[in-house]
Amino acid sequence: MSNKYIGQSVRRTEDKRYITGKGRYTDDIKLVGMTHASFVRSPYAHARVISIDLSAAQNMPGVVAIFTGDDIKATGIVGVPTGWQVNFKNGDTMKEPPHPLLIATGSTSKHIGDPVAVVIAETYAAAVDASEAVEVEWEELDAVTDPFKAAQEGAALVHADAPGNLAFDWELGNPLSEVDEAIAQSAHVTSLEFVNQRMIPNAIEPRAYIGHYEEHIDKYTLYTSTQNPHLIRLLMCAFVLGLPEHKVRVLGPDVGGGFGSKIFHYTEEALVTWASKQINRPIKWTETRSEAFMLDAHGRDHVTKAEMGFDADGNVQALRIKTYANLGAYLSTFAPAVPTYLHGTLLQGLYTTPKIHIDLCGMFTHTVAVDAYRGAGRPEATYLLERLMDLAALEMGKDPVQLRKQNFIPAFNGVSEPGYQTQVALQYDSGNYQGVLDRGVEMLGYENFRQMQREAAQNGKLLGVGFSTYVEACGIAPSAVVGALGARAGLYESAQVRVQPTGKVSVYSGSHSHGQGHETTFAQVVADKLGIPMEDVDIIHGDSDAVAFGMGTYGSRSLAVGGSAIVKSIEKVLEKGAKIAAHKLECAEGDLEYAEGKWTVKGTDQSVSFGDVALTAYVPHVYPQGLEPGLDFSSFYDPANFTYPFGCHIAVVEVDTETGKVTLKRFIAVDDVGNVVNPMIVDGQIHGGLAQGIGQALLEGAIYDENGQLINGSYMDYAMPRADDLPMFELDRQETPCPHNPLGVKGAGEAGCIGSTPAVVNAVIDALWSGGHPVKDIRMPLTPERVWRAMQS
Amino acid sequence: MISYEFDYTRPDTVEAALDLLDDDSKILAGGHSLIPALKLRLSAPGKLIDIARIPSLKGIKMDGNELVIGAAATHSDILESDLIKQHLPMFAEGAALIGDPMIRHKGTLGGSLAHADPSADWPAMVLAAEGTVVVQSKTGTRSISSDDFFTGFYSTALESGEIITEIRFPIPAEGTKMTYQKFVQPASRFAIVGCAALRHPDGTARVAFTGVADAPFRDTAVENAVGDWSEEALEAAVALTAQGMEFNVDHYASETYRHHLARVYCRKALKALLY
Ligand SMILES: Cc1cc2nc3c(=O)[nH]c(=O)nc-3n(C[C@H](O)[C@H](O)[C@H](O)COP(=O)(O)OP(=O)(O)OC[C@H]3O[C@@H](n4cnc5c(N)ncnc54)[C@H](O)[C@@H]3O)c2cc1C
Repeated sequence: MSNKYIGQSVRRTEDKRYITGKGRYTDDIKLVGMTHASFVRSPYAHARVISIDLSAAQNMPGVVAIFTGDDIKATGIVGVPTGWQVNFKNGDTMKEPPHPLLIATGSTSKHIGDPVAVVIAETYAAAVDASEAVEVEWEELDAVTDPFKAAQEGAALVHADAPGNLAFDWELGNPLSEVDEAIAQSAHVTSLEFVNQRMIPNAIEPRAYIGHYEEHIDKYTLYTSTQNPHLIRLLMCAFVLGLPEHKVRVLGPDVGGGFGSKIFHYTEEALVTWASKQINRPIKWTETRSEAFMLDAHGRDHVTKAEMGFDADGNVQALRIKTYANLGAYLSTFAPAVPTYLHGTLLQGLYTTPKIHIDLCGMFTHTVAVDAYRGAGRPEATYLLERLMDLAALEMGKDPVQLRKQNFIPAFNGVSEPGYQTQVALQYDSGNYQGVLDRGVEMLGYENFRQMQREAAQNGKLLGVGFSTYVEACGIAPSAVVGALGARAGLYESAQVRVQPTGKVSVYSGSHSHGQGHETTFAQVVADKLGIPMEDVDIIHGDSDAVAFGMGTYGSRSLAVGGSAIVKSIEKVLEKGAKIAAHKLECAEGDLEYAEGKWTVKGTDQSVSFGDVALTAYVPHVYPQGLEPGLDFSSFYDPANFTYPFGCHIAVVEVDTETGKVTLKRFIAVDDVGNVVNPMIVDGQIHGGLAQGIGQALLEGAIYDENGQLINGSYMDYAMPRADDLPMFELDRQETPCPHNPLGVKGAGEAGCIGSTPAVVNAVIDALWSGGHPVKDIRMPLTPERVWRAMQS
Repeated sequence: MISYEFDYTRPDTVEAALDLLDDDSKILAGGHSLIPALKLRLSAPGKLIDIARIPSLKGIKMDGNELVIGAAATHSDILESDLIKQHLPMFAEGAALIGDPMIRHKGTLGGSLAHADPSADWPAMVLAAEGTVVVQSKTGTRSISSDDFFTGFYSTALESGEIITEIRFPIPAEGTKMTYQKFVQPASRFAIVGCAALRHPDGTARVAFTGVADAPFRDTAVENAVGDWSEEALEAAVALTAQGMEFNVDHYASETYRHHLARVYCRKALKALLY
């Protein structure tokens, strides 16, 4: 293999269409005879539908059809399922109440915006006008939105058959008694009660769907802004609508970001598909930004009490956690997995903690579903561990860098040294944690910093530094492992490498790209593996009729899993190609070597090019006997383990003592995401992740009032990070290869978001301590008022 | 979202606009407050009358000892004007803090005043600079002192059938100092608290706030307390900030914090006028 492209910051080939406004998103697609949908939604978080009156709406101009929850109920369609099962501690199956496509009369809405009816009309404006004319009589009921409050006696109940609003209780780690004992015997215990607040994903493209049933061919097409078209097809066909999968095509055209929120199968996808058959016309629905705030599955939302015990020298002895995780009203596609197997399993962190126990309650509340949001569980785990570390250092009067170093798992490469078995199920593949911390501290100029901090405090300015070292799990995931943990799907990926007769290569990947740059990165890998120019490679994704199968893009899995599947197919291409080349060169296969796009007889100048071999495969006049024509291979790659990227993030902040406003002065990130195919794309992923992680620390967070109204569901109220909220990022990298996939890559999509949040909060806490305000916690986001109040006490 | 259906007209003169103006219509200037309200279906006019390009409403000029800004002058027109930089530099300072370049190129001074968002920046500056709002209706024109213009939450002394045509400001005497200080709401970047302050050569002051209460206001208690602008006098003035006000409350600022910020921004503004 030649490394002409791998490791280079090749410009993104997809950007031409994005930057010139020629991207083709679902909402850009217009079909002949297309109608438009608008939903009638609950204005209450919890209310019973007493009656629905369609008479006025039905007579509005342009109305084609109106369907209500009663219509759906009559068809026997139950609703959308969840893809992961978690059991109660006692072995009982989790509570899994149905998530209907529309609420029927007599039933209750369970979050603000829960739909009762859909109006389909000739234009979107007509649909909206008529949906306003649908008269629904509601009986408003009490609601609960906070996961901790939902668990209390007397809390409003979300589902009659889920007492105490408990979807499941769950634990992981060492026996609780052992952890209790270790905590009791600790010389110092740092404890922290905190909220990891609810985040709204805010993809720039709102969700959009077109359902299109064509009677003459008896085929359904769904265009959807999704991260995983095949998964949507599977869920919708097999579990929601009962459609024959081979008669359903799902397309994910250009998609404007997802951050997790477009993994899940949403009710509206199934609804436009179903309704299209009822009216025998295509139906488009594009959500409004207000709907996106309200309805795209949210992230995080944990209420936690965590305790970390240390011996007198500062060695971590034990970690004990109690968390209430908000799941929202209905279990979304991956919801049960996020707080459990993507969060509890990461609580070892980078430390040798011998005793760990997490006890977690998955709670129903009258809020929209909470599911995977960039990082999905790992940011929550990292936040918990890293806040505890910096706080423990402050409390014990130790240096936070030193405290980490003394507790780090020593470096291991996973090849000559074994992986690291954690107390919480996972086995880390390779790691060198001190390496990234040392580099980060060096970039910071730590020695000088403490001096500057003291001087600043004397001049009435508060400076703080916050550290965060993280390890996370990407490359989701070995099917057998996740199956044992409750996944209802395998988590492999497929890839087909089709060499065309002229030697040009079309690659069909199940990993959908919606901003990540797969069309570039994957092509770099293919071009180098085959020794051909990148221009000769095309990456095709997002169409269930074109691509064999796909589990999609999330969990930073695309290159590690999808890329590995491509490599497997390339190996098959080269194996068959060698047979053809040997026949052409009249030698044994073993005498050939492949490099620079040609097979050469070792030690000679006799060679045949990749293009010649491809042509011969399709024009097999002179051809090895018994060999099939063609050069086209599919593979499925099921990873051997998760991959475990890690890194060190350091934030430097200044706090305005008059107003409480936090200014992020510096942000240093040293990430180890394994081997890097395109450094520019990795940097871009880190940048975006950092912005989101910093956004969580300082700016973002959904706010429901006590009635379950979302009170900051607009950009006037919900603060997104902007360029001028952020400093120039200072990035560096370490490359510890993944030992168990062919590219040695780990995944970079979420790292920025996972490591950064606690670094920023730790820095603010550090600044406050330096000014004589020894507070343990400030609730995120750290708005000026919250920081100011923390300084008043 | 998508607005209700409406008609759109773009007359060439104020008179033509006034002819069209009735209870079912709304004036459209930059549209950066009105269009969002239409899209959220919070407002449902049958007709929009676009005045943004009426020549007599544009422009910034001197008229005797007054500086006159047309109602349809955009924030960026004001920001870039040499006359403004020379005579009312606070306006350039403040306009630069409104939204982003797109908003500044569309939004207008007249629109901002008519809309009277309790967190908008212009009202405080116009109050401090002793602006007079000139309005025209079919029956003639009248001038409303800015002191009387803002009457409450999104409400003004503007009556139905009236269009703001221009805002007039006395040209400050040589040596007048002025500033606008703003603490932004992190999402909207409107003012949580904005303080506009002006110091005349004789030491008298005008101090006005936005964001603090349901309407912008001049704080005469502060103005009267600045005295000789000594450290002690200023601290005494700051302590009087927004006394007896009913404070706005939202998830970014409670009553206590907003009051605190008003004092901090009052101090910042007054101190900026010391040298
Ligand atoms: C994202 C965003 C950020 C913003 N940030 C800020 C900010 O930081 N600070 C700030 O102060 N503002 C901010 N604004 C508001 C912006 O400055 C608006 O443009 C301004 O408030 C209204 O001016 P307009 O010309 O757009 O008025 P329009 O939206 O056209 O009209 C607003 C109202 O005024 C009426 N009206 C307009 N002109 C006249 C007139 N001549 N006579 C009578 N009635 C009239 C209209 O009928 C309407 O009721 C922001 C707006 C947006 C969208």
